Amino acid sequence: MENKNDVIEIRNLNKWYGDFHVLKDINLNVKKGEIIVVAGPSGSGKSTLIRCINYLEQFQEGKIVVNDIELSEDVKKIKAVREDVAMVFQHFNLFPHLTIVDNLTLAPIWVKNTPKKEAIATAMEYLERVGIADQAKKYPNQLSGGQQQRVAIARSLCKNPSIMLFDEPTSALDPEMISEVLDVMIELAQEHRTMVCVTHEMGFAKKVADRVIFMEAGQIIEENTPEEFFENPQSDRLKLFLSQILSH
Amino acid sequence: MAVYKKVETREAPSGSKGILHWLRDNLFSSPLNSAMTVLGIALLLWVIPPFIKWSIIDANFVGHTRADCTGDGACWIFVRAKLSMFMYGFYPEAERWRVNLVYLLFFVVIAAFKFLKSNGFKITIATLYFIVAFILIRGGYFGLPEIDTNKWGGLMLTIVISAVGIVGSFPIGILFAFGRASSLPIIRSVSVTYIEFIRGVPLITILFMSSVILPLFFPEGVTFDKLLRALIGITFFQAAYIAEIIRGGLQAIPKGQYEAADAVGLSYWQKMLLVILPQALKVAIPNLVGSFIALFQDTTLVLIIGLFDLLAMVQLTGSDSHWLGFETEGYVFVTIIFWVFCYSMSVYSKSLEKRFNTNLK
Ligand SMILES: Nc1ncnc2c1ncn2[C@@H]1O[C@H](COP(=O)(O)OP(=O)(O)O)[C@@H](O)[C@H]1O
Ligand SMILES: [Mg+2]
Repeated sequence: MENKNDVIEIRNLNKWYGDFHVLKDINLNVKKGEIIVVAGPSGSGKSTLIRCINYLEQFQEGKIVVNDIELSEDVKKIKAVREDVAMVFQHFNLFPHLTIVDNLTLAPIWVKNTPKKEAIATAMEYLERVGIADQAKKYPNQLSGGQQQRVAIARSLCKNPSIMLFDEPTSALDPEMISEVLDVMIELAQEHRTMVCVTHEMGFAKKVADRVIFMEAGQIIEENTPEEFFENPQSDRLKLFLSQILSH
Repeated sequence: MAVYKKVETREAPSGSKGILHWLRDNLFSSPLNSAMTVLGIALLLWVIPPFIKWSIIDANFVGHTRADCTGDGACWIFVRAKLSMFMYGFYPEAERWRVNLVYLLFFVVIAAFKFLKSNGFKITIATLYFIVAFILIRGGYFGLPEIDTNKWGGLMLTIVISAVGIVGSFPIGILFAFGRASSLPIIRSVSVTYIEFIRGVPLITILFMSSVILPLFFPEGVTFDKLLRALIGITFFQAAYIAEIIRGGLQAIPKGQYEAADAVGLSYWQKMLLVILPQALKVAIPNLVGSFIALFQDTTLVLIIGLFDLLAMVQLTGSDSHWLGFETEGYVFVTIIFWVFCYSMSVYSKSLEKRFNTNLK
């Protein structure tokens, strides 16, 4: 890696869906402990970009290096990257056939061979932290959206990842549940984990982000500190975007 | 300030509850419905009394030979006399306790499943059960005399064939369903070809092929048990249907489940077996059980390759010169047995569906 502090390095990344050029020459470096917010209109490729980082999406050109491992089709490398990169999805994606606590212990038990007792103890710790420990024996569908997303965050924390990816974690939630999830995320942000968050929660961005990135049509158009990003947008496209999301 | 007086709840108007209400709602809700109801009752009146007269009132229950069947009704003495043939075929009488023990163990295992939580334990116990059942029924080990498979018959053979077909086809079907959903083109096309080929061929053909053609692939002199050949044919036949049913279940699983499983770091097989398959099976339970019921009934086809299952046993005993002309009683008896088995499977399926329902609100 060019810079020792970089935990994610994306170089000249290009990706196509058939003929559709979804990511165009993306370059991005993320330092250890840095918190990046990615914003941009729907369909601009934000999800696709962060899903490349844990190889949920393959790409045709360029390279991505995560924790000194260059991603490729090599299953071992993918596994190694995923061991340290967690992801939280827009629609939570909890496993509906498992109880909350089983959702959390599944990967530790099967991937890391953690003894069951120990895995449960860790799971309960994280559930405690997101305030859902009393629901551990329930099934996901018995919980509200905000609770489910907090469980999903707890699940992603169980492997104690150094990098966390968030793909619009609050945009499927009813308005009154957004803050309970953001509160958890803000707390995480203060723990020096590296975070890449796709979100339009500008309050969150202002409060914790080190950098905000604006994407449009598969490109990174602008990149700045939160203050400059919101107070002093450069491109017309970003000005328009900010006026649209702020008018809500 | 307005003053409200408490008003007692009124009785529901008569006719909105009780049996009359139910009758009106369900049987006489429209002229067409009423006509169907009347027709249905007429049909039942026409069919049931003569059947009761034949099967109970005029029937003969006591005695030992056909000479004891004096009335006009059914001769259940025939069924009584041949009952052990219906149940065990030519399985030697002195060894039948082994089959009964396998039945008994089955219920013990089912009861044990109720108390076992760990899936690993359940799989171990089920595997052990099948090994023990095989050793008991076939013998040849631990001083149990070996019973040649051409002596197996009747209900016992029907159950053996169905059980092996169901248990064997399940994992194979799962593999082909995964194969068909695989991202690797070779695996996908092999699976599709297999599934579509088998589903385009009737079971009878598969049975003929496995009993006539399969031996051609083996060197001369290698004899290959007839029952085993049929079991292989039936298992691979059923597997194609199971694969399609499970594929239907797989398609009901949202993409996000695969992604979440990948993201937490599960391997392909862990993802498929721990996350995707349990959900797909839950969706597929009704169809799976339906298919197993169909298989149970289809096992009767083995009589055309010379195996004597329950139905074949009735045909055979019906042509016994001492008992000519009593097949009807045999067939009624077989019908009842098949119904009991299929209905039990159906009821069990309902309870499984309930047990695996985690979409609780
Ligand atoms: N599997 C796919 N096949 C084809 N096109 C896709 C696929 N996934 C996403 N796209 C397209 O790629 C573009 C970027 O999608 P996405 O990364 O989800 O955008 P965002 O998250 O910024 O809303 C969209 O135009 C979308 O329609
Ligand atoms: Mg998106």
